[in-house]
Amino acid sequence: MSTVRVLVGTRKGAFILTSDGQRKRWKVSGPFFTGWEVYHVKGSPADPNRLYASQTSGWFGQIIQRSNDGGKTWETPAGPLTPGPFGIPVGQSNLFAYDTSAETGKPLTTHQWYDDTQHPWEFKRVWHLEPSLTDPDTVYAGVEDAALFRSTNGGKSWQELAGLRGHGTGPNWQPGAGGMGLHTILLDPTNPERIYIAISAAGAFRTDDGGKTWRPINRGLRSNHIPDPDAEIGHCIHRMALHLSRPTTVFMQKHWDVMRTDDAGDSWREVSGNLPTDFGFVIDVHAHEPETIYVVPIKSDSEHFPLGGKLRVYRSRTGGNEWEALTKGLPQRNCYVDVLREAMAVDSLDSCGVYFGTTGGQVYASPDSGDSWSPIVRDLPAVLSVEVQTLP
Amino acid sequence: MIRVILPQHLRTLAQVGNEVTLAVEGPVTQRSVLDALEARYPMLCGTIRDHLTQKRRPFLRFFACQQDLSLEPPDAPLPDAVASGAEPFLVIGAIAGG
Repeated sequence: MSTVRVLVGTRKGAFILTSDGQRKRWKVSGPFFTGWEVYHVKGSPADPNRLYASQTSGWFGQIIQRSNDGGKTWETPAGPLTPGPFGIPVGQSNLFAYDTSAETGKPLTTHQWYDDTQHPWEFKRVWHLEPSLTDPDTVYAGVEDAALFRSTNGGKSWQELAGLRGHGTGPNWQPGAGGMGLHTILLDPTNPERIYIAISAAGAFRTDDGGKTWRPINRGLRSNHIPDPDAEIGHCIHRMALHLSRPTTVFMQKHWDVMRTDDAGDSWREVSGNLPTDFGFVIDVHAHEPETIYVVPIKSDSEHFPLGGKLRVYRSRTGGNEWEALTKGLPQRNCYVDVLREAMAVDSLDSCGVYFGTTGGQVYASPDSGDSWSPIVRDLPAVLSVEVQTLP
Repeated sequence: MIRVILPQHLRTLAQVGNEVTLAVEGPVTQRSVLDALEARYPMLCGTIRDHLTQKRRPFLRFFACQQDLSLEPPDAPLPDAVASGAEPFLVIGAIAGG
């Protein structure tokens, strides 16, 4: 029988929740990396026992962890040191060095700061790890300050795909209140050369040549918090998602507005429809129904909690515009948690499971596409990310 | 041998006990001690000093012999008691509530 493994990153460590296909009884393992923020944990689609985790701390910086046994044991894939220029070790799994080479990196020295001055790019942490769809040793990392890195040796070393920051608009990117992080990486299963990424608060970008060159894909987005609401860049995208069978259709939860594109980002249109508020962080797509999508509306960008204290997932079976509230099993009074951008995922069992985590430490699961929910763990530290693996 | 005491999280990361002992060749300085530490425990690279600038991370301090040595030049000799192993070199994380 199939099993489900839920990978949870929290403010104070990582947890792994496992269940059989019934998804009624859950075993909780962890905490792993106790006391550290774990921004993201994700498994390789090509080898489900290969997991990658981003372990980070304001004190000690960034650590990349890797597991080869589904999370039972972990290692830092650093390997032996290799002395580099000036005696600085290179080739380490925790080193994310921006490309400053004359050929590709020279112009990439500063970006826009809050006071309209230019500010040096400074690495802070890895927000998102996206393993390749086909190779367990290839993994992408989205980092703050925004850049995209790739490892082709299982996380031992990382190289920036500098064409993203260097395509031209990089000096005009600026951070949102939560920093300038690259948080979404979507790989096209039908075209290995195509990757979508999203940055808060620069916008969405796409490459069609495996990461060498990039272009903004923000036409149709409208953001009233920037001087030109229809600008080419500057949009605060919170999350994007796609269905593997239809990779030119992408759904987006923007700071405000739920959007979709059907032409790989060349144009977007709003599908917020009858949502009670179109602010939120998460968005995801049903495993078997490409037009069924989920969001968790949040009251506003200053009040990061559900409207009226009622925690409600909204589902659209029409690809947006027409939404229904899903409430069965979710708290409908006095609930003031948030659901952060990385904290929703789906499994691929016949009856699609939907999962999300909250800043209150609950992880909720629905084994029936959202019709009913229950907490599969209640009292974790604030949940930063949720990923799901469906294992044979 | 040089004795180094790490914060709890770095002990866990490096899988070491309360105290690490290191052989340091040449002058015993912050730089030489940390170089030796990182060479033996590569997973600590970047956790005490920035990978590229080699500057001390902002929320860490270096103590020894009841002195705060954090602002000393990285190539300044550490106290004789550290060099002889009589006293440890401490890497301290800033305290924070919450």
